[in-house]
Amino acid sequence: MSRISVQAPFPGVFYRRPSPEAAPFAEQGEPLSPESVIGLLEVMKQFAEITAGDHGRLVQFEVEDGAVVEAGQVIAVLDGDA
Amino acid sequence: MIERLLICNRGEIAVRIVRAARELGIHSIVAHSEADDDGLAVRLADQAICIGPAQASLSYLNVEAIIAAAARTQADAVHPGYGFLAESAELAAAVAEAGLCFIGPDAKTIARMGDKASARREASLVGVPIVPGSQPLDDDLDQAIRIAGEIGYPLLIKASAGGGGRGIRKVENAEELARQLPLARAEARAAFKDERVYLERAISHARHIEVQILADGERAVHLFERECSLQRRRQKILEEAPCAVLDEDSRQTLCASAVRLAEHIGYRGAGTLEYLFDEATGDFFFIEMNTRIQVEHPVTEMITGVDLVREMIEICAGRALGITQAEIQRRGWAIEMRINAEDPDHGFFPSPGRVERLTWPAGPGIRIDSALYPGYRIPPFYDSLAAKLIVHAEHRDAALARARRALDEFEIEGFATTAGLHRRLLDDPRVREARFDTQYLEAWLAGTTHEETLA
Repeated sequence: MSRISVQAPFPGVFYRRPSPEAAPFAEQGEPLSPESVIGLLEVMKQFAEITAGDHGRLVQFEVEDGAVVEAGQVIAVLDGDA
Repeated sequence: MIERLLICNRGEIAVRIVRAARELGIHSIVAHSEADDDGLAVRLADQAICIGPAQASLSYLNVEAIIAAAARTQADAVHPGYGFLAESAELAAAVAEAGLCFIGPDAKTIARMGDKASARREASLVGVPIVPGSQPLDDDLDQAIRIAGEIGYPLLIKASAGGGGRGIRKVENAEELARQLPLARAEARAAFKDERVYLERAISHARHIEVQILADGERAVHLFERECSLQRRRQKILEEAPCAVLDEDSRQTLCASAVRLAEHIGYRGAGTLEYLFDEATGDFFFIEMNTRIQVEHPVTEMITGVDLVREMIEICAGRALGITQAEIQRRGWAIEMRINAEDPDHGFFPSPGRVERLTWPAGPGIRIDSALYPGYRIPPFYDSLAAKLIVHAEHRDAALARARRALDEFEIEGFATTAGLHRRLLDDPRVREARFDTQYLEAWLAGTTHEETLA
Protein backbone atom coordinates (compact mmCIF):
# COMPACT_ATOMS: atom_id res chain seq x y z
CA MET A 1 0.00 0.00 0.00
CA SER A 2 1.10 3.61 -0.38
CA ARG A 3 1.19 5.10 3.07
CA ILE A 4 0.07 8.71 3.41
CA SER A 5 0.57 10.51 6.72
CA VAL A 6 -1.71 13.27 7.95
CA GLN A 7 0.38 15.57 10.14
CA ALA A 8 -0.55 18.20 12.71
CA PRO A 9 0.09 21.64 11.14
CA PHE A 10 0.65 23.20 14.59
CA PRO A 11 0.76 21.96 18.19
CA GLY A 12 -2.49 21.48 20.08
CA VAL A 13 -5.07 19.02 21.33
CA PHE A 14 -6.57 16.65 18.77
CA TYR A 15 -10.25 15.72 18.83
CA ARG A 16 -11.92 13.09 16.67
CA ARG A 17 -15.43 14.39 17.34
CA PRO A 18 -17.11 17.79 16.86
CA SER A 19 -18.40 17.57 20.47
CA PRO A 20 -18.09 14.92 23.20
CA GLU A 21 -21.55 13.43 22.44
CA ALA A 22 -21.25 13.48 18.65
CA ALA A 23 -20.08 10.72 16.30
CA PRO A 24 -16.45 10.82 15.10
CA PHE A 25 -15.69 12.79 11.92
CA ALA A 26 -14.14 9.70 10.28
CA GLU A 27 -13.96 5.98 11.02
CA GLN A 28 -11.24 3.46 10.33
CA GLY A 29 -11.62 1.96 6.85
CA GLU A 30 -13.55 4.93 5.51
CA PRO A 31 -12.65 6.23 2.02
CA LEU A 32 -11.56 9.87 2.24
CA SER A 33 -11.09 12.73 -0.21
CA PRO A 34 -8.63 15.62 0.32
CA GLU A 35 -11.37 17.82 1.87
CA SER A 36 -12.65 15.14 4.29
CA VAL A 37 -12.47 16.37 7.87
CA ILE A 38 -10.85 13.79 10.15
CA GLY A 39 -10.76 15.84 13.36
CA LEU A 40 -10.27 19.17 15.12
CA LEU A 41 -7.08 20.63 16.48
CA GLU A 42 -7.49 23.02 19.39
CA VAL A 43 -4.85 25.67 19.81
CA MET A 44 -5.23 28.45 22.38
CA LYS A 45 -8.99 27.95 22.65
CA GLN A 46 -9.52 28.09 18.87
CA PHE A 47 -10.45 25.08 16.78
CA ALA A 48 -9.21 24.30 13.29
CA GLU A 49 -10.42 21.42 11.13
CA ILE A 50 -7.87 18.83 10.10
CA THR A 51 -8.53 17.45 6.61
CA ALA A 52 -7.22 14.28 4.99
CA GLY A 53 -5.32 16.28 2.35
CA ASP A 54 -5.33 13.38 -0.11
CA HIS A 55 -7.41 10.53 -1.49
CA GLY A 56 -7.23 7.29 0.45
CA ARG A 57 -8.74 4.86 2.90
CA LEU A 58 -8.30 5.67 6.59
CA VAL A 59 -5.98 2.96 7.94
CA GLN A 60 -5.69 4.18 11.50
CA PHE A 61 -5.31 7.10 13.88
CA GLU A 62 -1.86 7.41 15.41
CA VAL A 63 -3.09 9.49 18.38
CA GLU A 64 -5.96 9.12 20.82
CA ASP A 65 -8.99 11.37 20.94
CA GLY A 66 -8.10 14.33 23.19
CA ALA A 67 -4.35 13.76 22.91
CA VAL A 68 -1.71 16.45 22.95
CA VAL A 69 0.15 16.61 19.62
CA GLU A 70 3.26 18.46 18.46
CA ALA A 71 3.56 20.29 15.13
CA GLY A 72 4.45 17.75 12.43
CA GLN A 73 3.34 14.76 14.49
CA VAL A 74 1.47 12.09 12.49
CA ILE A 75 -2.21 12.12 13.41
CA ALA A 76 -3.52 9.48 10.99
CA VAL A 77 -2.40 7.18 8.18
CA LEU A 78 -4.21 6.72 4.86
CA ASP A 79 -3.78 3.97 2.28
CA GLY A 80 -3.49 5.82 -1.03
CA ASP A 81 -3.96 2.71 -3.22
CA ALA A 82 -7.33 1.77 -1.81
CA MET B 1 -4.00 36.03 58.55
CA ILE B 2 -3.15 33.28 56.11
CA GLU B 3 0.35 31.86 55.78
CA ARG B 4 0.39 29.54 52.77
CA LEU B 5 -1.45 30.48 49.57
CA LEU B 6 -2.17 27.99 46.79
CA ILE B 7 -2.43 29.80 43.43
CA CYS B 8 -4.50 27.74 40.98
CA ASN B 9 -3.72 29.52 37.77
CA ARG B 10 -1.00 30.20 35.23
CA GLY B 11 0.51 32.88 33.04
CA GLU B 12 0.65 36.52 33.98
CA ILE B 13 -2.09 36.40 36.62
CA ALA B 14 -0.31 33.63 38.56
CA VAL B 15 2.84 35.80 38.51
CA ARG B 16 0.78 38.79 39.69
CA ILE B 17 -0.61 36.81 42.65
CA VAL B 18 2.81 35.38 43.57
CA ARG B 19 4.11 38.96 43.72
CA ALA B 20 1.27 40.08 46.00
CA ALA B 21 1.79 37.05 48.28
CA ARG B 22 5.51 37.74 48.57
CA GLU B 23 4.90 41.36 49.53
CA LEU B 24 2.49 40.15 52.22
CA GLY B 25 5.03 37.66 53.56
CA ILE B 26 2.79 34.75 52.54
CA HIS B 27 4.36 31.49 51.31
CA SER B 28 3.30 31.20 47.65
CA ILE B 29 2.53 27.81 46.08
CA VAL B 30 1.69 27.56 42.39
CA ALA B 31 -0.56 24.68 41.32
CA HIS B 32 0.27 24.02 37.68
CA SER B 33 -0.29 21.56 34.83
CA GLU B 34 2.43 19.41 33.28
CA ALA B 35 2.66 21.94 30.42
CA ASP B 36 3.49 24.77 32.80
CA ASP B 37 6.34 23.36 34.88
CA ASP B 38 8.67 25.92 33.26
CA GLY B 39 6.24 28.81 33.75
CA LEU B 40 7.48 32.07 35.25
CA ALA B 41 5.02 31.80 38.15
CA VAL B 42 6.48 28.39 39.04
CA ARG B 43 9.98 29.88 38.93
CA LEU B 44 9.08 32.88 41.10
CA ALA B 45 6.94 31.07 43.67
CA ASP B 46 8.25 29.63 46.92
CA GLN B 47 6.84 26.24 45.97
CA ALA B 48 5.04 24.51 43.09
CA ILE B 49 2.89 21.43 42.73
CA CYS B 50 1.75 19.68 39.56
CA ILE B 51 -2.01 19.03 39.52
CA GLY B 52 -2.42 17.19 36.23
CA PRO B 53 -1.86 16.97 32.48
CA ALA B 54 -1.78 19.85 30.00
CA GLN B 55 -5.50 19.72 29.21
CA ALA B 56 -7.19 22.27 31.47
CA SER B 57 -10.13 19.94 32.10
CA LEU B 58 -7.72 17.55 33.82
CA SER B 59 -5.74 20.16 35.77
CA TYR B 60 -6.80 23.80 36.16
CA LEU B 61 -10.49 22.83 35.99
CA ASN B 62 -10.15 19.83 38.30
CA VAL B 63 -11.61 20.76 41.71
CA GLU B 64 -10.60 17.45 43.29
CA ALA B 65 -6.97 17.81 42.18
CA ILE B 66 -6.84 21.37 43.54
CA ILE B 67 -8.21 20.38 46.94
CA ALA B 68 -5.76 17.45 47.09
CA ALA B 69 -2.88 19.79 46.19
CA ALA B 70 -3.93 22.22 48.93
CA ALA B 71 -3.87 19.37 51.46
CA ARG B 72 -0.50 18.06 50.27
CA THR B 73 1.14 21.49 50.41
CA GLN B 74 -0.59 22.41 53.68
CA ALA B 75 -2.02 25.55 52.12
CA ASP B 76 -4.49 27.54 54.21
CA ALA B 77 -5.91 29.58 51.34
CA VAL B 78 -6.69 29.21 47.62
CA HIS B 79 -6.56 31.96 44.99
CA PRO B 80 -8.28 31.09 41.70
CA GLY B 81 -7.06 34.07 39.61
CA TYR B 82 -9.34 34.70 36.59
CA GLY B 83 -10.74 32.28 34.02
CA PHE B 84 -10.66 28.53 34.77
CA LEU B 85 -12.47 28.02 38.13
CA ALA B 86 -12.38 31.66 39.27
CA GLU B 87 -16.17 31.89 39.17
CA SER B 88 -16.95 28.32 40.14
CA ALA B 89 -19.26 28.09 43.13
CA GLU B 90 -18.24 24.42 43.28
CA LEU B 91 -14.58 25.28 43.91
CA ALA B 92 -15.46 27.98 46.45
CA ALA B 93 -17.66 25.48 48.32
CA ALA B 94 -15.04 22.71 48.20
CA VAL B 95 -12.36 25.08 49.52
CA ALA B 96 -14.60 26.18 52.40
CA GLU B 97 -15.54 22.59 53.15
CA ALA B 98 -11.86 21.67 53.39
CA GLY B 99 -11.55 24.37 56.06
CA LEU B 100 -9.51 26.68 53.84
CA CYS B 101 -9.89 30.32 52.95
CA PHE B 102 -11.15 31.08 49.41
CA ILE B 103 -9.79 34.34 47.98
CA GLY B 104 -13.10 35.48 46.57
CA PRO B 105 -16.72 35.70 47.64
CA ASP B 106 -18.50 32.68 49.14
CA ALA B 107 -20.06 29.99 46.95
CA LYS B 108 -23.58 31.38 47.43
CA THR B 109 -22.62 34.84 46.19
CA ILE B 110 -20.80 33.39 43.18
CA ALA B 111 -23.86 31.33 42.28
CA ARG B 112 -26.21 34.25 42.82
CA MET B 113 -24.23 36.73 40.69
CA GLY B 114 -22.83 34.17 38.24
CA ASP B 115 -26.33 33.46 37.03
CA LYS B 116 -26.95 36.49 34.85
CA ALA B 117 -30.72 36.40 35.18
CA SER B 118 -30.48 36.28 38.97
CA ALA B 119 -27.86 39.08 38.98
CA ARG B 120 -30.27 41.27 36.97
CA ARG B 121 -32.96 40.59 39.57
CA GLU B 122 -30.66 41.58 42.47
CA ALA B 123 -29.67 44.77 40.64
CA SER B 124 -33.25 45.84 40.06
CA LEU B 125 -34.03 45.21 43.75
CA VAL B 126 -31.70 48.05 44.75
CA GLY B 127 -32.68 50.36 41.92
CA VAL B 128 -29.68 49.71 39.66
CA PRO B 129 -30.93 50.11 36.07
CA ILE B 130 -30.75 47.00 33.88
CA VAL B 131 -31.07 46.56 30.12
CA PRO B 132 -34.75 45.87 29.30
CA GLY B 133 -35.08 42.10 29.09
CA SER B 134 -36.74 38.95 30.36
CA GLN B 135 -36.37 36.33 33.04
CA PRO B 136 -35.18 32.90 31.85
CA LEU B 137 -37.59 31.73 29.13
CA ASP B 138 -39.88 28.72 29.42
CA ASP B 139 -39.81 26.21 26.60
CA ASP B 140 -42.72 27.95 24.84
CA LEU B 141 -41.94 29.67 21.55
CA ASP B 142 -45.17 31.69 21.30
CA GLN B 143 -44.60 33.09 24.75
CA ALA B 144 -40.98 33.91 23.90
CA ILE B 145 -42.08 35.76 20.76
CA ARG B 146 -44.66 37.72 22.77
CA ILE B 147 -42.06 38.70 25.40
CA ALA B 148 -39.60 39.63 22.64
CA GLY B 149 -42.22 41.91 21.07
CA GLU B 150 -42.68 43.70 24.40
CA ILE B 151 -38.92 44.28 24.85
CA GLY B 152 -38.37 45.29 21.21
CA TYR B 153 -35.87 44.14 18.53
CA PRO B 154 -32.95 43.83 17.95
CA LEU B 155 -32.49 41.42 20.85
CA LEU B 156 -29.76 39.32 22.33
CA ILE B 157 -30.42 35.75 23.41
CA LYS B 158 -28.13 35.22 26.38
CA ALA B 159 -27.27 32.11 28.34
CA SER B 160 -28.18 32.54 32.03
CA ALA B 161 -25.00 30.73 33.00
CA GLY B 162 -22.90 32.50 30.34
CA GLY B 163 -19.97 34.79 30.87
CA GLY B 164 -16.82 36.19 29.34
CA GLY B 165 -18.78 37.22 26.25
CA ARG B 166 -19.78 33.65 25.43
CA GLY B 167 -23.27 32.27 24.84
CA ILE B 168 -24.71 35.35 23.15
CA ARG B 169 -26.75 35.50 19.89
CA LYS B 170 -28.28 38.53 18.23
CA VAL B 171 -31.69 38.37 16.56
CA GLU B 172 -33.43 41.05 14.47
CA ASN B 173 -37.01 39.69 14.33
CA ALA B 174 -39.42 36.96 15.45
CA GLU B 175 -38.45 34.65 12.60
CA GLU B 176 -34.79 34.75 13.62
CA LEU B 177 -35.76 34.31 17.24
CA ALA B 178 -37.69 31.14 16.39
CA ARG B 179 -34.70 29.77 14.47
CA GLN B 180 -31.99 30.81 16.93
CA LEU B 181 -33.68 29.94 20.21
CA PRO B 182 -33.21 26.14 20.02
CA LEU B 183 -29.61 26.62 18.86
CA ALA B 184 -28.92 29.03 21.71
CA ARG B 185 -30.30 26.50 24.20
CA ALA B 186 -28.20 23.68 22.76
CA GLU B 187 -25.10 25.87 22.79
CA ALA B 188 -25.75 26.93 26.39
CA ARG B 189 -26.25 23.33 27.43
CA ALA B 190 -23.00 22.26 25.76
CA ALA B 191 -20.94 25.19 27.03
CA PHE B 192 -22.34 25.71 30.52
CA LYS B 193 -24.33 22.52 31.24
CA ASP B 194 -27.35 24.79 31.73
CA GLU B 195 -29.75 25.44 28.85
CA ARG B 196 -31.61 28.40 30.35
CA VAL B 197 -31.56 31.52 28.19
CA TYR B 198 -33.13 34.96 28.52
CA LEU B 199 -33.68 37.95 26.25
CA GLU B 200 -32.12 41.36 26.47
CA ARG B 201 -32.51 44.41 24.20
CA ALA B 202 -29.43 44.89 22.00
CA ILE B 203 -28.13 48.40 22.53
CA SER B 204 -26.16 49.04 19.37
CA HIS B 205 -24.26 52.22 20.16
CA ALA B 206 -23.06 51.78 23.69
CA ARG B 207 -19.84 51.88 25.57
CA HIS B 208 -18.77 49.09 27.86
CA ILE B 209 -17.91 50.68 31.19
CA GLU B 210 -17.24 48.76 34.37
CA VAL B 211 -16.81 49.70 38.01
CA GLN B 212 -14.18 48.11 40.26
CA ILE B 213 -15.25 47.47 43.82
CA LEU B 214 -13.67 46.09 46.97
CA ALA B 215 -15.89 44.84 49.79
CA ASP B 216 -15.55 43.01 53.08
CA GLY B 217 -18.99 41.44 53.36
CA GLU B 218 -20.56 44.50 54.93
CA ARG B 219 -19.03 47.64 53.55
CA ALA B 220 -18.03 48.27 49.92
CA VAL B 221 -15.99 50.97 48.19
CA HIS B 222 -15.57 51.67 44.47
CA LEU B 223 -12.30 52.39 42.71
CA PHE B 224 -13.88 54.26 39.82
CA GLU B 225 -14.54 52.99 36.33
CA ARG B 226 -12.72 51.39 33.42
CA GLU B 227 -13.55 52.00 29.78
CA CYS B 228 -13.46 48.67 27.91
CA SER B 229 -15.34 49.37 24.67
CA LEU B 230 -12.54 48.38 22.32
CA GLN B 231 -13.38 44.72 21.82
CA ARG B 232 -13.10 42.07 19.16
CA ARG B 233 -15.62 39.23 19.32
CA ARG B 234 -16.60 40.48 22.78
CA GLN B 235 -13.00 40.10 23.97
CA LYS B 236 -11.39 43.26 25.29
CA ILE B 237 -8.27 44.45 23.47
CA LEU B 238 -7.42 47.84 24.99
CA GLU B 239 -8.75 49.28 28.23
CA GLU B 240 -8.34 52.62 29.92
CA ALA B 241 -9.24 54.42 33.12
CA PRO B 242 -10.99 56.71 33.62
CA CYS B 243 -13.62 56.84 30.85
CA ALA B 244 -13.21 59.97 28.73
CA VAL B 245 -16.91 60.69 28.20
CA LEU B 246 -18.28 60.42 31.75
CA ASP B 247 -18.99 63.71 33.48
CA GLU B 248 -18.45 63.86 37.24
CA ASP B 249 -22.15 63.54 38.10
CA SER B 250 -22.63 60.47 35.92
CA ARG B 251 -19.45 58.95 37.35
CA GLN B 252 -20.68 59.42 40.90
CA THR B 253 -24.12 57.97 40.09
CA LEU B 254 -22.61 54.99 38.27
CA CYS B 255 -20.04 54.17 40.95
CA ALA B 256 -22.54 54.67 43.79
CA SER B 257 -24.89 52.15 42.13
CA ALA B 258 -22.08 49.57 42.07
CA VAL B 259 -21.39 50.10 45.78
CA ARG B 260 -25.11 49.80 46.55
CA LEU B 261 -25.36 46.48 44.71
CA ALA B 262 -22.15 45.10 46.28
CA GLU B 263 -23.36 45.95 49.79
CA HIS B 264 -26.84 44.58 49.06
CA ILE B 265 -25.45 41.13 48.25
CA GLY B 266 -22.92 41.18 51.11
CA TYR B 267 -20.05 40.92 48.66
CA ARG B 268 -16.54 40.06 49.82
CA GLY B 269 -13.30 40.55 47.87
CA ALA B 270 -12.58 42.32 44.59
CA GLY B 271 -15.36 42.44 42.03
CA THR B 272 -16.43 44.23 38.88
CA LEU B 273 -19.85 45.43 37.82
CA GLU B 274 -20.20 45.77 34.08
CA TYR B 275 -22.47 48.36 32.50
CA LEU B 276 -23.49 49.54 29.07
CA PHE B 277 -23.43 53.32 28.75
CA ASP B 278 -25.56 55.01 26.12
CA GLU B 279 -23.62 58.14 25.33
CA ALA B 280 -26.51 59.76 23.46
CA THR B 281 -28.91 59.65 26.40
CA GLY B 282 -26.49 59.40 29.32
CA ASP B 283 -28.30 56.24 30.51
CA PHE B 284 -26.35 53.35 31.96
CA PHE B 285 -27.51 49.77 32.43
CA PHE B 286 -26.03 47.03 34.62
CA ILE B 287 -25.29 43.90 32.58
CA GLU B 288 -23.35 41.51 34.81
CA MET B 289 -20.97 41.12 37.70
CA ASN B 290 -17.61 39.37 37.63
CA THR B 291 -16.90 37.91 41.05
CA ARG B 292 -13.11 37.78 40.67
CA ILE B 293 -10.05 39.85 39.83
CA GLN B 294 -10.08 40.89 36.16
CA VAL B 295 -7.43 40.94 33.45
CA GLU B 296 -7.61 44.74 33.20
CA HIS B 297 -7.32 45.44 36.95
CA PRO B 298 -3.92 47.18 36.53
CA VAL B 299 -5.40 50.34 34.96
CA THR B 300 -7.39 50.85 38.16
CA GLU B 301 -4.29 50.19 40.27
CA MET B 302 -2.39 52.78 38.23
CA ILE B 303 -4.90 55.59 38.71
CA THR B 304 -5.74 54.86 42.37
CA GLY B 305 -2.46 53.50 43.72
CA VAL B 306 -4.41 50.68 45.44
CA ASP B 307 -3.00 47.15 45.11
CA LEU B 308 -6.22 45.26 44.35
CA VAL B 309 -4.71 41.77 44.53
CA ARG B 310 -3.10 42.44 47.90
CA GLU B 311 -6.34 43.97 49.20
CA MET B 312 -8.46 41.02 48.06
CA ILE B 313 -6.13 38.54 49.76
CA GLU B 314 -6.23 40.48 53.03
CA ILE B 315 -9.99 41.01 52.98
CA CYS B 316 -10.75 37.37 52.20
CA ALA B 317 -8.34 36.30 54.94
CA GLY B 318 -10.68 38.06 57.35
CA ARG B 319 -9.43 41.62 57.65
CA ALA B 320 -12.02 44.40 57.36
CA LEU B 321 -11.77 46.84 54.46
CA GLY B 322 -8.81 49.06 55.29
CA ILE B 323 -9.72 52.08 53.19
CA THR B 324 -12.60 54.52 53.15
CA GLN B 325 -14.20 55.90 50.01
CA ALA B 326 -12.78 59.35 50.73
CA GLU B 327 -9.25 57.93 50.78
CA ILE B 328 -9.58 56.56 47.25
CA GLN B 329 -8.52 59.27 44.86
CA ARG B 330 -7.87 58.99 41.17
CA ARG B 331 -4.86 60.55 39.55
CA GLY B 332 -3.99 60.75 35.86
CA TRP B 333 -4.80 58.31 33.09
CA ALA B 334 -3.92 54.66 32.49
CA ILE B 335 -4.11 52.49 29.37
CA GLU B 336 -3.66 48.72 29.08
CA MET B 337 -2.83 46.99 25.82
CA ARG B 338 -3.30 43.25 25.64
CA ILE B 339 -0.45 41.68 23.70
CA ASN B 340 -1.85 38.37 22.45
CA ALA B 341 0.07 35.61 20.68
CA GLU B 342 -2.20 35.93 17.66
CA ASP B 343 -1.63 36.96 14.07
CA PRO B 344 -3.83 39.96 13.18
CA ASP B 345 -2.97 39.46 9.49
CA HIS B 346 -4.34 35.92 9.51
CA GLY B 347 -7.71 36.21 11.17
CA PHE B 348 -6.10 36.50 14.63
CA PHE B 349 -5.14 32.84 14.45
CA PRO B 350 -3.18 31.73 17.54
CA SER B 351 0.54 31.80 17.14
CA PRO B 352 2.17 29.87 19.97
CA GLY B 353 5.95 29.83 19.77
CA ARG B 354 9.24 30.31 21.53
CA VAL B 355 10.38 33.73 22.77
CA GLU B 356 13.54 34.20 20.70
CA ARG B 357 14.20 37.80 21.56
CA LEU B 358 12.53 40.07 24.08
CA THR B 359 12.98 43.73 24.99
CA TRP B 360 10.47 45.26 27.38
CA PRO B 361 9.77 48.97 27.31
CA ALA B 362 10.90 50.83 30.41
CA GLY B 363 11.04 54.28 31.88
CA PRO B 364 8.45 56.48 33.58
CA GLY B 365 4.86 55.31 33.90
CA ILE B 366 5.29 51.85 32.39
CA ARG B 367 4.21 48.53 33.88
CA ILE B 368 4.51 45.07 32.34
CA ASP B 369 2.39 42.17 33.55
CA SER B 370 3.59 39.10 31.70
CA ALA B 371 4.87 35.58 32.19
CA LEU B 372 7.21 35.70 29.20
CA TYR B 373 10.98 35.36 29.45
CA PRO B 374 13.66 34.79 26.78
CA GLY B 375 13.63 31.15 25.69
CA TYR B 376 10.13 30.50 27.05
CA ARG B 377 7.92 28.42 24.81
CA ILE B 378 4.23 29.39 25.01
CA PRO B 379 2.18 26.20 25.35
CA PRO B 380 -0.68 25.85 22.84
CA PHE B 381 -3.25 24.73 25.40
CA TYR B 382 -4.41 27.92 27.05
CA ASP B 383 -5.47 31.41 26.07
CA SER B 384 -3.31 33.62 23.92
CA LEU B 385 -2.68 36.52 26.33
CA ALA B 386 1.11 36.89 26.38
CA ALA B 387 1.62 40.26 28.05
CA LYS B 388 -0.19 43.31 29.30
CA LEU B 389 1.53 46.58 28.63
CA ILE B 390 0.20 49.24 30.95
CA VAL B 391 1.06 52.94 30.91
CA HIS B 392 0.18 55.79 33.24
CA ALA B 393 0.55 59.54 32.70
CA GLU B 394 -0.95 62.83 33.87
CA HIS B 395 -3.74 63.01 31.30
CA ARG B 396 -5.14 61.06 28.35
CA ASP B 397 -3.01 62.60 25.59
CA ALA B 398 0.15 62.01 27.63
CA ALA B 399 -0.91 58.42 28.28
CA LEU B 400 -1.51 57.83 24.56
CA ALA B 401 1.92 59.28 23.74
CA ARG B 402 3.49 57.08 26.41
CA ALA B 403 1.66 54.02 25.04
CA ARG B 404 3.06 54.73 21.56
CA ARG B 405 6.55 55.19 22.96
CA ALA B 406 6.25 51.95 24.97
CA LEU B 407 5.18 49.98 21.90
CA ASP B 408 8.06 51.44 19.89
CA GLU B 409 10.52 50.16 22.51
CA PHE B 410 8.87 46.76 22.83
CA GLU B 411 10.49 44.01 20.75
CA ILE B 412 9.56 40.37 20.57
CA GLU B 413 10.59 37.68 18.12
CA GLY B 414 9.49 34.08 17.83
CA PHE B 415 5.78 34.42 17.14
CA ALA B 416 3.20 36.88 15.85
CA THR B 417 1.55 39.25 18.33
CA THR B 418 -1.06 41.97 18.40
CA ALA B 419 1.53 44.65 19.33
CA GLY B 420 1.58 46.13 15.81
CA LEU B 421 -2.19 46.34 15.80
CA HIS B 422 -2.10 48.38 19.01
CA ARG B 423 0.45 50.72 17.48
CA ARG B 424 -1.87 51.39 14.50
CA LEU B 425 -4.89 51.68 16.77
CA LEU B 426 -3.20 54.39 18.85
CA ASP B 427 -2.79 56.49 15.69
CA ASP B 428 -6.46 56.23 14.79
CA PRO B 429 -8.09 59.68 15.09
CA ARG B 430 -11.24 58.30 16.70
CA VAL B 431 -9.27 56.41 19.33
CA ARG B 432 -7.24 59.56 20.01
CA GLU B 433 -10.46 61.52 20.46
CA ALA B 434 -12.12 58.71 22.50
CA ARG B 435 -14.99 58.56 20.01
CA PHE B 436 -15.86 54.86 19.88
CA ASP B 437 -18.35 52.28 21.08
CA THR B 438 -18.32 48.48 21.47
CA GLN B 439 -18.74 48.00 17.70
CA TYR B 440 -15.95 50.32 16.66
CA LEU B 441 -12.90 48.05 16.81
CA GLU B 442 -14.38 45.37 14.55
CA ALA B 443 -15.44 47.97 11.99
CA TRP B 444 -11.95 49.50 12.16
CA LEU B 445 -10.35 46.08 11.68
CA ALA B 446 -12.57 45.33 8.70
CA GLY B 447 -11.46 48.61 7.12
CA THR B 448 -7.73 48.45 7.82
CA THR B 449 -6.64 44.83 7.78
CA HIS B 450 -7.53 41.97 5.52
CA GLU B 451 -9.06 39.40 7.77
CA GLU B 452 -8.68 35.91 6.45
CA THR B 453 -10.79 33.23 8.00
CA LEU B 454 -9.16 29.89 8.41
CA ALA B 455 -10.85 27.22 6.32
